[in-house]
Amino acid sequence: MKKEVAVIGVGQSNFVRGYEGSIRELAFEAFREAMQDAGITQKEVDASIFCSAPEYDKQRSPAGVLAEYMGLIPQPTFYVESVCSSSSTGVKVAYGMIKSGLHDVVVVLGFQKMSEITSAESQERMGRGADIQWEAPFGTMMPAYYALYAQAYMAKHGLTHEDLMSVRIKSSSYGSMNERAVYRKSLTPADFDPNNPNTKLPSPVAWPLRQGDCCANADGSSCIILANAQKAKAFSKKPIWILGIGAASEAVNMAARPDFTKGLSVGYGAAAQAYKMAGIAPKDVKVAEVHDCFTIAEIMAYEGLGFAPAGEGKKLIREKTTYKEGKIPVNVDGGLLSKGHPIGATGGSQIRTIVLQLRGKAGPMQVAGEPDIGLVHNIGGVGLYGNVTIFGRD
Amino acid sequence: MGFEKFGRKSFTAITKTAKFVDLLAEGKVEGTVCKDCGAKFFPPRADCAKCFSKNMDWFEMPKKGKLETFATAYYAPFGFEADPPYTMGLVDFGNNLKLFARMAKDIKPEDIKVGMDVTIRTLKYEDNQLSFEIAKA
Repeated sequence: MKKEVAVIGVGQSNFVRGYEGSIRELAFEAFREAMQDAGITQKEVDASIFCSAPEYDKQRSPAGVLAEYMGLIPQPTFYVESVCSSSSTGVKVAYGMIKSGLHDVVVVLGFQKMSEITSAESQERMGRGADIQWEAPFGTMMPAYYALYAQAYMAKHGLTHEDLMSVRIKSSSYGSMNERAVYRKSLTPADFDPNNPNTKLPSPVAWPLRQGDCCANADGSSCIILANAQKAKAFSKKPIWILGIGAASEAVNMAARPDFTKGLSVGYGAAAQAYKMAGIAPKDVKVAEVHDCFTIAEIMAYEGLGFAPAGEGKKLIREKTTYKEGKIPVNVDGGLLSKGHPIGATGGSQIRTIVLQLRGKAGPMQVAGEPDIGLVHNIGGVGLYGNVTIFGRD
Repeated sequence: MGFEKFGRKSFTAITKTAKFVDLLAEGKVEGTVCKDCGAKFFPPRADCAKCFSKNMDWFEMPKKGKLETFATAYYAPFGFEADPPYTMGLVDFGNNLKLFARMAKDIKPEDIKVGMDVTIRTLKYEDNQLSFEIAKA
């Protein structure tokens, strides 16, 4: 395990529905926290990378504008995009820049203000994150794409709606502890009862996925500050090292994908690379954040990451293996399902959670046993992009 | 021009594969095949990803396939608000040929099953947009 690039600062805004401010003010919330966490000033930062999905706000080429507001000019800055995985892609780019010796300290800032447009407009933009030439003309949207995976997977592997509900219930129990999350209510099976007039969660969005199976749009920002070993040791008492990084891509068109019963190929591909680079196995991971944009996505992630064999992801939720007290705690910050999913900020938020866990500073969400290895699984689009990043402490 | 006529609402006006829409008007759903190496593509491509050739021809998609998976949209994106509920599916024809489309309205939702035999046919919307759909075999 090589310890060459470390996270020295993490920050995240509250994830909210309807942020009362502009994107530069939203971005500054995460930046302030990460800089104070790292205990550095702007003059120690050599470059910045800004990450979001375009077209939710009106600002074109946001990097320059945001870099100025952060006080990070005249250092180099640029924009990185891979939709929902933008900020973990930004971290991968920063890793490369630091490892190459080009820069010593790099800020990666993910942001998204989705509330400036309506939910239907947002669905249209998300749908256009898939194949606009051959699929969007049918009226596609993210929940429908993931529902294709859910339908095939449920038919083959006996996964039930009750299992999917269990994923959301687990998420909500941790979301209730996370003061940065949009949804703080702890859910019960009654919230998924179609005969209960007081809940909308059982209503179909894209069958077989219900409203309760889907994460919600949110406004938010996240910031990760990375440094080389020398600077990390100088600035930080508890640097959290990047041990492994994997990334993969998949055909955008559903017609070019081999098998819908096996989950997202990018999850498998990115995980295999990250494990190999870190020199560890799935059983070595003590705490993980996975991309649960939909409940089915968490089950598929268990398998892609090797936490369960193909088709057996359901056992982990049935046997509570992925609860905080289980063998492999997953999404103990509430995940996307409870935190909300401000697209460009999500990967950085997942990384922040794992960094806090490895520092032993995750508060009520802290996993027992002083976890030494944590993993972040961040997916872009309908498994169009996938990043898996493995972290460890000294 | 021409491709803006594809589907319920097209997001692309100009493509080298716009002949696809003319073929739909003739009742045909066709993919492209490379004249140099024989690689077949659906959706159609103007360039062969296998041998880099741009000598492409059209071939008619098979009529018989199996429904690999499907999803029913109860909400629709901006511009499709009048349509829900509608079901979209993926057909596997074998030999690495698959197709994504909406399912025909005349199939009852409770009759749609993973693995069922299906066929494909062209359709014209009331506003003259041209598309294709998955129908019962």
